[in-house]
Amino acid sequence: MSLTISAKCSAIAPSATLAMDTKAKELKAAGENVISFAAGEPDFDTPVHIRNAMKDSMDMGMTRYTPVPGTMELRDAIIARIQADRGLTYTRGEIIVSNGAKHTLYTAFQTLLDPGDEVLIPTPCWVSYPEMVRMAGGVPVYIEGKEENGFVPSAEELAAKITSKTKVFMLTSPSNPNGCVWSREMLQAVADLAVKHDFYIIADEIYSKLVYGDKEHISIACLGDQVKERTILVDGVSKAYAMTGFRIGYAAGPQNVIKAMSNYQSQATSAPNSAAQHAAAVALTGDQHCVETMRVAFEERRNRLVELINQIEGLSCVKPDGAFYVMMNVKALIGKSYHGTVLKDSAAFAETLLMNLHTVVVPGASFMAEGYCRLSYATSMENIVEGMKRIAAFVKELK
Amino acid sequence: MQNLQMELLQLLKEDCRLPLEKLATMTGATMEEVAQSIGDMEKSGVILRYSPVINWDRTDRERVEAMIEVRVTPQRDQGFDAIAERIYRFDEVKTVYLMSGAYDLLLLVEAHTLKELAFFVSTKLSTLETVTGTATHFVLKRYKSDGVVFEGGKDDKRLVVTA
Repeated sequence: MSLTISAKCSAIAPSATLAMDTKAKELKAAGENVISFAAGEPDFDTPVHIRNAMKDSMDMGMTRYTPVPGTMELRDAIIARIQADRGLTYTRGEIIVSNGAKHTLYTAFQTLLDPGDEVLIPTPCWVSYPEMVRMAGGVPVYIEGKEENGFVPSAEELAAKITSKTKVFMLTSPSNPNGCVWSREMLQAVADLAVKHDFYIIADEIYSKLVYGDKEHISIACLGDQVKERTILVDGVSKAYAMTGFRIGYAAGPQNVIKAMSNYQSQATSAPNSAAQHAAAVALTGDQHCVETMRVAFEERRNRLVELINQIEGLSCVKPDGAFYVMMNVKALIGKSYHGTVLKDSAAFAETLLMNLHTVVVPGASFMAEGYCRLSYATSMENIVEGMKRIAAFVKELK
Repeated sequence: MQNLQMELLQLLKEDCRLPLEKLATMTGATMEEVAQSIGDMEKSGVILRYSPVINWDRTDRERVEAMIEVRVTPQRDQGFDAIAERIYRFDEVKTVYLMSGAYDLLLLVEAHTLKELAFFVSTKLSTLETVTGTATHFVLKRYKSDGVVFEGGKDDKRLVVTA
């Protein structure tokens, strides 16, 4: 045999943002004041009571293996949280805890997909879905959500993509990268199709606590028992409690699916970090004020950022209802040039902006959304104002 | 001093705009008790003033601050008090402490410009009869004051780009 990387691994797309990340780090190291609209995690510190729980857990002896699907304490906390927030009832056997919601999603795809099975993914979508589906032997099938419809595809557009091979519908509401929150009507349409054509729904609800204005987060599993039987609800503590580094995510779903996920996980990774599981249980059962404090701050920033973007000629965005991302439409500026550098696409826009005005945005191509850049408002109001000043100055120079 | 008063002082030191209801909840006393207690402390001179902590560097205002060590000859019968009073009457002088050690008084002085501050020292302070020497230290940057961190300290430790 030769010393080569497997075909499976070679096929994985390298991160489209890696070069930008490296460049931004270089500029920072050189002492430049780099403003980043590219953070995928809250800028708030993990609340004190949760940090203390993590510290205590080790003195309490939580330093050993735990059951593969998670400790009883944490699974009970998850059950109680889901019951309180969504009114859904699950039992311990219907819950699995993993190393972050990303790991939960990965395990779910591995568990549900056979080679050639199709996964419907509305776009713009999170970068890891297509890769995860392919890693599990599945085929991603994209459904374009148009900006004028708030990035949510219509029921007809959705139905048109269903085939006999459709196994999973990937639902992300609120969405990374576009911040859209799916309405009850659209969720009902997805649910009806899932029941009619018998496919699973993986509902990534990691941003469910971050919904603004009069919008509300609706969990699709709430739309009836038949839907609930077909839904794997995925959530975690990262975004709502600013606990990204703790790596705790979880799924709630049909017992046979969860059992299979647990089998897969037992051979691959075992249970996640024991101390972090305790901290997550404390986060889910403790005082929930910290969640609301962060949500309110995010809402103010969203309003400001959207206002600032729409003030700049050539840029626009729809006001997102959830998560902490805005899709900034840069289509009108593609083809223009900045001091001789032609902006041929969103990647060139982002790169030229970074090199010249030291401001980081993520090009839309990474999210199957060419013509857009994703801006995260998980950064201080000061940074938002200064960053948008720079973007305005950048756009003004375009010819 | 009563426990309630000490608790109230701690809370007000952190945030003197806390409303009565909140103070009452936080101390476990009634609103009347809290109001009475604060009123007493205002009258007896325990609480002198409610003022914000301002980071002037974030404003457009030009302002120079210096710490000045002053050596003086104490006067018979009055010790340092008379000369301290003579000095604190100057508007430029914001704070005066009597110190142990190599010098006697420590002043915190503010002026609009460096020149104005230098003039204060050379024409007003040094010329006082009992002042035998001064050493002026200009404040370059304020990192922490009154328990509040002003500059630096918080680096964003997150990855620059996460999808």
